[in-house]
Amino acid sequence: MADLSSENDRLIRYRKDDPVDHAAVTVDSFLDQSSASAVRVEPGDDARELIPHLERLALVEVNFPSFGDGRGYSSARLLREAGYEGELRAVGDVLVDQVAYMRRCGFDAFDPDAPLDQSDVEAALSRWPEVYQSAADASTPIWNKRHG
Amino acid sequence: MYLYDHYDQAMVDARVEEFRDQARRRLEGKLTEDQFKPLRLMNGLYLQLHAYMLRVAIPYGTLNSRQMHALADIADKYDRGYGHFTTRQNIQYNWIRLQDAADILADLAKVEMHAIQTSGNCIRNISSDHFAGAAADELVDPRPYAELLRQWSSFHPEFSYLPRKFKIAVIASDTDRAAMRLHDIGIQIVEQDGELGAAFYVGGGMGRTPMIAPCIKEFVPLDRLVTYAEACLRVYNREGRRDNKYKARIKILVHEMGAEEYAKAVDAEFEHMLDEGIEPPFAELERIRTFFEDPAFDQSASEDIDRSDPDFALWVDRNTVAHKVPGYASAVISLKPVGGIPGDATSERMRLMADLAEEYSFDELRVMHTQNIVLPHVRKADLHALWTALEAAGLGSPNLDTVEDIIACPGLDYCSLANARSIPVAQKISERFSASGKTEALGQLKLKISGCINACGHHHAGHIGILGVDRKGVENYQLLLGGSEAEDVSLAKITGPGFDEAGIVDAVETAADVYLREREDGERFLDTYRRIGMTPFKEALYG
Repeated sequence: MADLSSENDRLIRYRKDDPVDHAAVTVDSFLDQSSASAVRVEPGDDARELIPHLERLALVEVNFPSFGDGRGYSSARLLREAGYEGELRAVGDVLVDQVAYMRRCGFDAFDPDAPLDQSDVEAALSRWPEVYQSAADASTPIWNKRHG
Repeated sequence: MYLYDHYDQAMVDARVEEFRDQARRRLEGKLTEDQFKPLRLMNGLYLQLHAYMLRVAIPYGTLNSRQMHALADIADKYDRGYGHFTTRQNIQYNWIRLQDAADILADLAKVEMHAIQTSGNCIRNISSDHFAGAAADELVDPRPYAELLRQWSSFHPEFSYLPRKFKIAVIASDTDRAAMRLHDIGIQIVEQDGELGAAFYVGGGMGRTPMIAPCIKEFVPLDRLVTYAEACLRVYNREGRRDNKYKARIKILVHEMGAEEYAKAVDAEFEHMLDEGIEPPFAELERIRTFFEDPAFDQSASEDIDRSDPDFALWVDRNTVAHKVPGYASAVISLKPVGGIPGDATSERMRLMADLAEEYSFDELRVMHTQNIVLPHVRKADLHALWTALEAAGLGSPNLDTVEDIIACPGLDYCSLANARSIPVAQKISERFSASGKTEALGQLKLKISGCINACGHHHAGHIGILGVDRKGVENYQLLLGGSEAEDVSLAKITGPGFDEAGIVDAVETAADVYLREREDGERFLDTYRRIGMTPFKEALYG
């Protein structure tokens, strides 16, 4: 489990609340114990198992062991669609070229294995003038703008 | 045809700038090849045997003359003066420099084109019926639905790192000209009780494990089309195998889960998604449809064709197809000259085809999955002038759907995945049959060649298929019989031991001779094979 003091150097957050100060547990441990408020979802986990317990969750880390494994994008959207409003943090092999899609799927924090340059991240997030489809963010799709 | 508005243009322009930045970081060494690879792939840029290859999207195979001219200009400016039309209705350039790639994308963006998602593990360019909007047998033009799906799938945030690539085809007639059931999702627009809807076939594909897609939903209302597609993709993204890239396509998931279980999982996701506001406003579909309204056809165009020139008459019989409007035909320009490279076109020929489209076909061209070009709306009275111009440029081969109209992948001449060359085999077969004069007698005979098991040349779906393999360092060719990509879809079966390069050409002729000997009135090669089975062919080949 990552040491939070060094983790903070890499952590990029788009939230106003304070970060959760304890480590995330596995989905299995979380479902077994009622005290944890932070959980880590691995690609093979079924994020829907968390849905009955969202009110006691303050942090969901979604792990990307490899950036090419896109299951975490669906996990994130499922949680947001279920009404989860706590922190949704992408961890692991998270690269600057994926952060824009991750934001659209509902992630609001990034804790990558390799630190990201904050200005690169901002450039990536401001690159797209529009979006075609609806997702977990507040962006209005092009087709809704066309038909106001 | 569809025209970009400022939204579409802004997205394509942003993509060019994003890629320019990524290519710069790669050239400066700030991105490793491993990190750059998925980024360049999502912009259609492959690293092949000798150079980079750029695959340009031609959405549902439709383009106008201005776009075809731009493709010709790119061939001259950045490549070696030619391009290669593919079985995915796209065009590929085989000799691209990384330094030029962003400039090419910028040139494409000027004519409302791009290379977005033409490779990578994402939703690829949507394909469709090459006679859409012209075919006499279609229910409606399928392209508005393909365009709606193009927009939905472009830069999709959830589905850009799927287990594997994902291909969608949309048709709207019972005749399948798009190999719909050999796609990850095949959609047929159908009518039920006077309402239009979409039948979904999911889990088809070729590759090393060919599968025919089962129908998982017979009717999805059009105002739920995108939501249902999203549900299909989400189940795949979550459940598709990621442990083995050869088992990662959705066909394996559907096969392992069973079509019924997969359909149930999609239905559950779909029910949930109905409240999520995923579906575009129905007015968007209406807006898109206006771009695909009929051009100003001459309703009194003459049905008469002067057939006094036998060469012209042969071309008309072979290469033109019935049109929904009397007095018109769809004309196929064969990119299969005898001894040529299937699907290749020089910049000069691209420009000629563009000019002819402007003059005779309301400015429209289509790319067929069989690697030919269609002028969809030609007045019958203009066919002779069109043919004369094509013939003069070496584009008048009268061989649509014949044994000379071969689909072939680039093979070992270009592709780093290939085990064997495809192009020389195609060249030798077309030369053999042209010289023997048997092409005419054989009639419809779809021959498809792949240079490796990945099946880009659709060998599983050939009436006759050829698969190139590597046998102890020597190119070896397996012969397959009985496949079809059409509405009578079937997968071809291997005849037996493979052949060397000369042997496979002989083997194709042997199989063709069995057909000529055994056929009954009106039977195509495929019909005869289905009636008599493999045995007579095996006896002739190996007996």
